[in-house]
Amino acid sequence: MTNSSGAPASKQNAWQKMTQSKYFVYVLISPLVLVLFAYVIYPLYKTFAQSVFDQEGALTFGNYLSFFTTEANLESLFNSVFISIVSVITCAIVGVGMAFLLNRYEFPGRKILSVFVLVPMALPPLIGAISFSFLYGNSGIFPRLFQYIFQLEDVPFAVEGIWGIIVVHTFTMYPYFYLSASAAIRGLDLSLEEAATSLGANRVTIWRKIILPMLTPAMVASSLLVFMISMASYTAPLMFGVERVMTMAITLSRTNGNLDMAATQSTILSMVSIAFLILMTWYQNRRNYQSQSKGVGVHRTEVRSSRIKYIAAVLSTIGVIILMLPIMVIALISFAVDGEWTTQIIPTKYTLDHYIELFTDSRTWGPIKNSIQMSIFAVIGNIIFGVAAAYAMVRFQFKGKVFMDILIMVPWALPGTVVAVNLISAFSEPSVFSLNQVLVGTFWILPLAYFVRQLPLVFRNTQASLIQMDDSIEEAAQSLGATWWYSFRRVVFPIIMPGILAGTLLAFVQGLTEFVASILLYSPQTMPLSVGIWNRMYAFQFGTACAYGVLQTVLIIVVLLVNEKIKGDSNQTGASLG
Amino acid sequence: MKSVRLDHVTKMFGKSIGVHDVDIQINSGEFFTFLGPSGCGKTTTLRIIAGFYFPTKGKVYFDGDDVTGLKPNKRNIGMVFQNYALFPHMTVFENIAFGLEVRKLSKREIKEKVERAQKFVRLEGYGDRKITELSGGQQQRVALARALVIEPDILLLDEPLSNLDAKLRDETRVEIKRLQVELGITTIYVTHDQHEAMAMSDRIMVMNQGKIQQIGTPQEIYNKPVNHFVASFIGETNIIKADVIKVTDTHITVDIGQGTLLTGLRENSSPQLDFEKEKQVILSIRPEMINAGEGTNPLEGIIQLSEFTGMSINYLVKAGDHELKVMIVNAGTEVLGRGDSIKLHIPESGIYFMSEKR
Ligand SMILES: Nc1ncnc2c1ncn2[C@@H]1O[C@H](COP(=O)(O)OP(=O)(O)OP(=O)(O)O)[C@@H](O)[C@H]1O
Ligand SMILES: [Mg+2]
Repeated sequence: MTNSSGAPASKQNAWQKMTQSKYFVYVLISPLVLVLFAYVIYPLYKTFAQSVFDQEGALTFGNYLSFFTTEANLESLFNSVFISIVSVITCAIVGVGMAFLLNRYEFPGRKILSVFVLVPMALPPLIGAISFSFLYGNSGIFPRLFQYIFQLEDVPFAVEGIWGIIVVHTFTMYPYFYLSASAAIRGLDLSLEEAATSLGANRVTIWRKIILPMLTPAMVASSLLVFMISMASYTAPLMFGVERVMTMAITLSRTNGNLDMAATQSTILSMVSIAFLILMTWYQNRRNYQSQSKGVGVHRTEVRSSRIKYIAAVLSTIGVIILMLPIMVIALISFAVDGEWTTQIIPTKYTLDHYIELFTDSRTWGPIKNSIQMSIFAVIGNIIFGVAAAYAMVRFQFKGKVFMDILIMVPWALPGTVVAVNLISAFSEPSVFSLNQVLVGTFWILPLAYFVRQLPLVFRNTQASLIQMDDSIEEAAQSLGATWWYSFRRVVFPIIMPGILAGTLLAFVQGLTEFVASILLYSPQTMPLSVGIWNRMYAFQFGTACAYGVLQTVLIIVVLLVNEKIKGDSNQTGASLG
Repeated sequence: MKSVRLDHVTKMFGKSIGVHDVDIQINSGEFFTFLGPSGCGKTTTLRIIAGFYFPTKGKVYFDGDDVTGLKPNKRNIGMVFQNYALFPHMTVFENIAFGLEVRKLSKREIKEKVERAQKFVRLEGYGDRKITELSGGQQQRVALARALVIEPDILLLDEPLSNLDAKLRDETRVEIKRLQVELGITTIYVTHDQHEAMAMSDRIMVMNQGKIQQIGTPQEIYNKPVNHFVASFIGETNIIKADVIKVTDTHITVDIGQGTLLTGLRENSSPQLDFEKEKQVILSIRPEMINAGEGTNPLEGIIQLSEFTGMSINYLVKAGDHELKVMIVNAGTEVLGRGDSIKLHIPESGIYFMSEKR
């Protein structure tokens, strides 16, 4: 080191000049911008272009005119919005109610209920809808059970149609409200309430003046989220045969060969989703996070009366059963012999064959293998892009950063149906971004779709761990003589590893359970797991379908548990580093 | 050990000034301190030396070699960060060994050197500990060992004691000074604590708002501050505005209001002060320079506040228009209370004259 300077100084100066230049970061982020442009903006634009340009390339709003004058389209739009609004309301009631119950009251069964309350998050999207139709559908177990008990002509009730969709939405999406409301309730400073009581306020005033205002941010954020996901929902309408919602309308237009109308419907749905994304980002940036008071244990009101205790215990048990039923019914039917369950309440003949087939029959194993392969490819892309993008967004200052942040989130906000339509528009003919290949119909279109849909997952998780990491740690490594790459490899990477891993695992199971985009993009040779489930359902091979479903569910649960562990471990070291 | 020279270095952050025209020579083996209030540009200057900032203007030399464009990892510096910046996923041993591994030393050499460094900072036997299992003081010593083990040409310390409690701070201060003296390493130390600066440094650079105010030994800075800012930032002092009445070759007499005259020595004035031109000056009188009783430059006043600390008696005395801080060494004299009147006098050598201009 003693004679490091001298001759190479001028060269170093040139390098330094370039790397110190204000514009150098744009060189560094250009690959990221390129990826976003190629696989998010360009496909979005191609769909949009299809909706506004006719065959000769002239601008026309004919498609939009016909969208807004066709009754079926308007009904679809109305239904989608209606379902979304009602879903928000029902999810809010269940989620917030549960949050209060479990965080503010102590009763027999509370502990077990608070573990199981998150079970719906472990349900793969398609499996949620399927299990509901098995349980409560027209020929479902419960309607038939009541029909049998009361010896009725017809089933006394059935979950179907638009209300069926809403029931499934409520069951699968109330956890968003539950989680954010729970966090807000735990953050409520109890001394505030006590202070208010001591000042003579009664319960109603305390609710109106203290609790509700503190809950509002969590409620607004969850409402926007649930609305967005409901608008994008495809499996539930498909399962309950409701054709007049936006997502179904898009696929119907496609099957009818009306590609321009599909593009128009997609564009309209995209606009709604992106508008909601921007609204959400804006709201989250605006709201000031009040530091949640730490260490103050939540004080729970204990239920005293023994009668209420008894009722609470019974209700908790029922609650746990309802929460577990979807998984239990899928597990049960996974043992049922295909084709033997017709009009009975529950299947009568059982076998282990479906599980053996999963791994031995090449026809059954095929979709599993496909999904694993395609998810791995997608996830590799997600890791490279996610880590690089997170590093750039946290460490670099550049113009358009907010815009890029939103852009990365766009694929997450877009309905899977729309992502698929966009990719078809963009890559059904050769383009630079597909290395001059036609991607649609090949193996690669699915990993690409998964990559795009999961774009934010690794990014967000890595970004969170990078933000926690102190800048000076990297500088310390440099001051000790490490090059940028050496310090990234030995210091930064190991520290952000938990975040990367968490994101990667989530992205991987999302790939394994993806259905909505897959169903529009797969070809028989590349059939993924969820499409396999759907096709088996269609062919009344319930047993095999459910065995696939159990496989997916187990994978999700494992990943959620592993992530919990990773989070716990990294919090531990993080916390004590203070 | 290398010397460091900053040649008219300026760093701008967009439109705002980080540091302006810093021009210093730090000698080989010297303990040099940057002292100043928060936001004055200490860290910025240090980071320019480390290579984390590229100066907007000016050059950086190590031993006469221009290193302005050299990357931080090529400068062979040891740096201790305010929050230590230890690698949380590594053990104590791995942290200290990091710089040696970068330099591709053999396993044996690394082990030897790390163990020696551990001994040096008194952390023998802690090698396998996780960073999170150490106390703040121990973490601080790991950071120091990590910086020293690479045998840097220059040691840079950015407020290394600010996260420690008072007792540990004193201990660690002595420790750092001991290591520096034993190794004879050129050390640049950043602090906003004047006691730390006075106790440890060979020379101190006092900064304010990105500009150098004064460079000098602790005595020079304390006894001969060049301006109002330095005088009041270093130690306690009474700042009094005064009109010049009489100038001789050896003495200066001033009026501090209401006809009260004080006479001091002409040599006790800042170099910037020109008695030929300036008729208004500023006096700095340290509290410990004011004595009770009769003598030269007599004053009389009423005690506003009286505080007994054991070692000394501190008074706040209202004398004319001025409120004077007075510190009297406790020699068993009677402690006066609020409202009592007191006679004071100031020896000629206790008055320091400064220019009104900053
Ligand atoms: N990266 C930066 N971007 C913009 N402004 C900066 C940056 N770093 C420092 N500054 C500004 O430059 C000035 C000097 O900051 P510096 O960190 O050097 O102060 P300091 O003397 O170390 O203060 P402290 O005692 O608070 O650490 C401050 O006004 C600060 O706001
Ligand atoms: Mg600083």
